[in-house]
Amino acid sequence: MDELKSTPLVKEHEGLKALMAPFGGWLMPIQYSGIIAEHKWCREKAALFDICHMGEFLFKGDIVASGLEDVFTFSVKGIPVGRSRYGFLLNEKGGVIDDLIVFRLAEDEVMIVVNAATIANDFAVISSRLKNPALLTDISDATGKLDLQGPLSREVLVEHLGSDIAEIPFFKFIRKKILGVDALVSRTGYTGELGYEIFIPAPKVRELWDLLLKDARVEPAGLGARDLLRLEVGYSLYGNDLDDVTTPLSAQLMAFVNLDKSFVGKEAILKEQSQGSPKKKVAFKVDSRRSPRHHYEIHCDGKNVGTVTSGAFSPMLGCGIGLGLVAPEVAELGKRLVIKHERVEMDATVVELPFYAGGSLRS
Amino acid sequence: MAKYYTKEHEWVELDGATGTVGISEHAAHELGDITFVELPKIGKAVKQFDTLAGIESVKAASDIYAPVSGKVVAVNDALDAAPELVNESAEEKGWVCRLEGVDAGELAALMDAAAYQQFLKGLE
Repeated sequence: MDELKSTPLVKEHEGLKALMAPFGGWLMPIQYSGIIAEHKWCREKAALFDICHMGEFLFKGDIVASGLEDVFTFSVKGIPVGRSRYGFLLNEKGGVIDDLIVFRLAEDEVMIVVNAATIANDFAVISSRLKNPALLTDISDATGKLDLQGPLSREVLVEHLGSDIAEIPFFKFIRKKILGVDALVSRTGYTGELGYEIFIPAPKVRELWDLLLKDARVEPAGLGARDLLRLEVGYSLYGNDLDDVTTPLSAQLMAFVNLDKSFVGKEAILKEQSQGSPKKKVAFKVDSRRSPRHHYEIHCDGKNVGTVTSGAFSPMLGCGIGLGLVAPEVAELGKRLVIKHERVEMDATVVELPFYAGGSLRS
Repeated sequence: MAKYYTKEHEWVELDGATGTVGISEHAAHELGDITFVELPKIGKAVKQFDTLAGIESVKAASDIYAPVSGKVVAVNDALDAAPELVNESAEEKGWVCRLEGVDAGELAALMDAAAYQQFLKGLE
């Protein structure tokens, strides 16, 4: 195992007495005051997350002529400048190499934001699919990223960074000077709440972190709360719910796959569509406060039918919630399941996503 | 009567042959936010160090082992609705159950508070 990497904010986290743990090759804050308190703060106020571990690639060139248009499951040329789109990088078998967001910076310029653990492989794969790999640059180390998420995030950012932030619609972004440097503020996030992702050169991250944390409406939140927040709204986590042997079809994420264009993995998806998926994603609610957890078994009518991919106790619902991959016939609303692990057993029901729909996301 | 602790971070406090059982403040802190306590069934008989109950936090699911042998005669029902009581008061309001028919001789296999504090220092 290589040595763990740290973000520019490692001293700040230590100062805040964060519990630090490895995540995707990085030493990251899991919690500060407590996962449930931080989760609640994000649902009610504004939570600040250090997301500097995630990767950013810059592409400059002709989107179609370079081959970039065929790299992802969605059309890059179809993204208007100033907007972003979520989707997948697939392998030939239709498995998900990564889930990512592409920001259309200009006619011939995009930023690709990828998961931390997959930076090196994503970069190699995307480069290999371009006619000229030199068009793609890994700017991860030079780029800092802070997420401010929660119903008060807009008013906080407007006050500290400028009123232009008030006008950004969902999945749009603006480029502006922050603390004297070029930055990008995007109305996106991973929590189901109104929120923003701020990309700023790494040397300025600490100054921005300090500026935002001084505001009484803002508290830091770690990856523990982030995981809980995303699961409550049913977002998939790469490495848990998505991996290179799971297709977007199995994962029920075809809304982010455009079958009207060509992309690597399309043949496999079409084949799976005609033959049927061996596994399907299912969302379920537990009858009690017990937490399902990654790798627990899912049983139905006395048979082992699949595996939990993500699970937690949901503070908003007051019960356990989870996602899993199961035999397709089990992925049916209202189906009763039993989640098992060693001597732990819990009854659950298949439900629709999101588990929690009360967030401020589109407010 | 004083509390005695196990290496797995349970405590027991005896009153005659009845022992009140819970997890230590240290254990509660390490688990983080506690979201569920699986209380044992009344009448369940356990041997010292057998699995007695279960506890879940936002981070992990763990077993609670019996610090002494005995029969469960009471459980802390308050934990069903408010498992966070274990975080707030692990060694008082967050008790888990009471065991009856406890042999005080089994305490010899446990640590008193001072020894447990020493033991925790060794874990750091």
